[in-house]
Amino acid sequence: MGDYPSSRSENATASDSGVIGRHTRGAGTGVSPSSHDEPPFGGGGGALPKKARFGMEAGFKGLSVAAGAMVLVIIVAIAIFLISKAVPAIRADNENFLTFNQWFPNETEPRFGIAVLAFGTLLTSIIALLVAVPIALGIALFLSHYAPRRLATPLGFVIDLLAAVPSVVFGLWGRDVFMEPVREFSTWLNKYFSWIPIFGGDGPFGRSVLLGSLVLAIMVLPIVTSLSREVFRQTPGMNEEAALALGATKWEMIRTAVLPYGKPGVIAAVMLGLGRALGETIALAMTLGIVFNISFNIIENGGNSIAANIANAFGEANETGRGALIASGLVLFAITLVVNMAARAIIYRRREFRDSAA
Amino acid sequence: MAKRIEASNVSSYYGSFKAIDSVSMTVEPKTITALIGPSGCGKSTFLRSVNRMHEVLPGARIEGSLTIDDQNIYDPDVDVTAVRRMIGMVFQRPNPFPTMSIYENVVAGLKLNGVKKKSVLDDAAEQSLKSANLWNEVKDRLNRPGAGLSGGQQQRLCIARTIAVEPQVVLMDEPCSALDPISTLAIEDLMFKLKDRFTIIIVTHNMQQAARVSDKTGFFSIDKTGDPGRLIEYDDTQKIFSNPTEKKTEDYITGRFG
Repeated sequence: MGDYPSSRSENATASDSGVIGRHTRGAGTGVSPSSHDEPPFGGGGGALPKKARFGMEAGFKGLSVAAGAMVLVIIVAIAIFLISKAVPAIRADNENFLTFNQWFPNETEPRFGIAVLAFGTLLTSIIALLVAVPIALGIALFLSHYAPRRLATPLGFVIDLLAAVPSVVFGLWGRDVFMEPVREFSTWLNKYFSWIPIFGGDGPFGRSVLLGSLVLAIMVLPIVTSLSREVFRQTPGMNEEAALALGATKWEMIRTAVLPYGKPGVIAAVMLGLGRALGETIALAMTLGIVFNISFNIIENGGNSIAANIANAFGEANETGRGALIASGLVLFAITLVVNMAARAIIYRRREFRDSAA
Repeated sequence: MAKRIEASNVSSYYGSFKAIDSVSMTVEPKTITALIGPSGCGKSTFLRSVNRMHEVLPGARIEGSLTIDDQNIYDPDVDVTAVRRMIGMVFQRPNPFPTMSIYENVVAGLKLNGVKKKSVLDDAAEQSLKSANLWNEVKDRLNRPGAGLSGGQQQRLCIARTIAVEPQVVLMDEPCSALDPISTLAIEDLMFKLKDRFTIIIVTHNMQQAARVSDKTGFFSIDKTGDPGRLIEYDDTQKIFSNPTEKKTEDYITGRFG
């Protein structure tokens, strides 16, 4: 400590001379900068240090603003690209782009429409979600509230691993392995439930909307599961205890405290899953029947989607054909946008109940 | 409405850690019993043992017997949810359900019990909020979020939610520790009022509060960290605060704890 206390008291009484005196001494004697009688930040008197003009603070602010702006730039650039390619192709279309249900953009008189593809995209995605979401929520609740920790951690890891499987692998598996059981199941459904239109038809079965949707469901499952699990885990313990103390059983506690609390998060998770399902390309290109036909029959060979059609048709497309495919991409973009906005609307509707929560 | 609680030789464990060691006490109906003592002495653990909330935590268990009007609440045949309906609990931090309105919060317990009729729920909500001295403050905004109220109002909302299911006993685990003095006073007034209908056990760190509100006081203590908490003395509040039998109690209430 040495003379440190005395130099401090000196500062307190005659601050100006004290500061100057210490500085001259430090410079004159040439001691190392770590000399302990000179505190790094002026504890005594003197002027307050100047604000750094170009410090780390400004640098990080600039970086984060640039990163934020970049997102907007990229989105605008994508929109401009899609529109600039799509508009000429749609101009060249000899049929109504929105309602026509064939796809012949490469001919001298291009005729194509988005109807079948948009329908197929929505149908496969919706069926996939109908299958995947209840299972995913069940798994998420099991992992967050029922399974012992020894089981929950590895099981959660396995489910996250499922999300890491490339979609082309799912496509191959769906086409070479999963198709057989689905074909048998479809035949069985057709035999006993053909009076329900979606299970009607005379075959052949297998490479159908059902197969594509089930493969999609498996792909969506891990996303919805792990996000929902995280949301359910974050339920405040004191709310769970409040429900239990009112005499709730475990399931009633989950219904009273966990599910309502997690609802916005679950909706967000489902929307992310839907986003993946809508945009999924290669797995559907490999498992759907690729037929241009609007049909609610989900077990007969058939089905198509915007993304799968782009993957299948891009190779042999001419200028107008590529423009037509880009136009279909624009429609997909719009569908995804609408879905996301709807989800946000649902989440924000009861926002005051979220914001006021501690 | 109110029932007598008898604990005999209750020991509670968290896994292999013994949190309280053979506590015995009798709580008479329609009284307020305060449990005081230093942090970690097991008073909250004991309170949570009374409505079987203790066993919610993994590895938690108790030994000994706890009866309410001579019914053993730890009998293997007893439905734990029925016990908790009979013995309500108010927690340290106000914990209204964040996703529910004031009204929904109050009737949450009734809905769990399967009450669906709107008129019954409306009545119960009004009565409970009136009993909790909250009705006048919230009657015009029953559909606003419960979590939007002030801390003291939230705690009274939680009390309304607890008494809406018509329990026999109300347990309060430091209900005022997160509240300012005025809200605390409101809760204390409320406790006097509720005493006519319920048996109340309150854990508190505030000795003035214990002296003000309770009929009987139990003093818990531990010898050193890691030892189980024990009930040192249990007697009329008057006696505990004026002429305690045990030296430890006297040291604690006069602030010479050590």
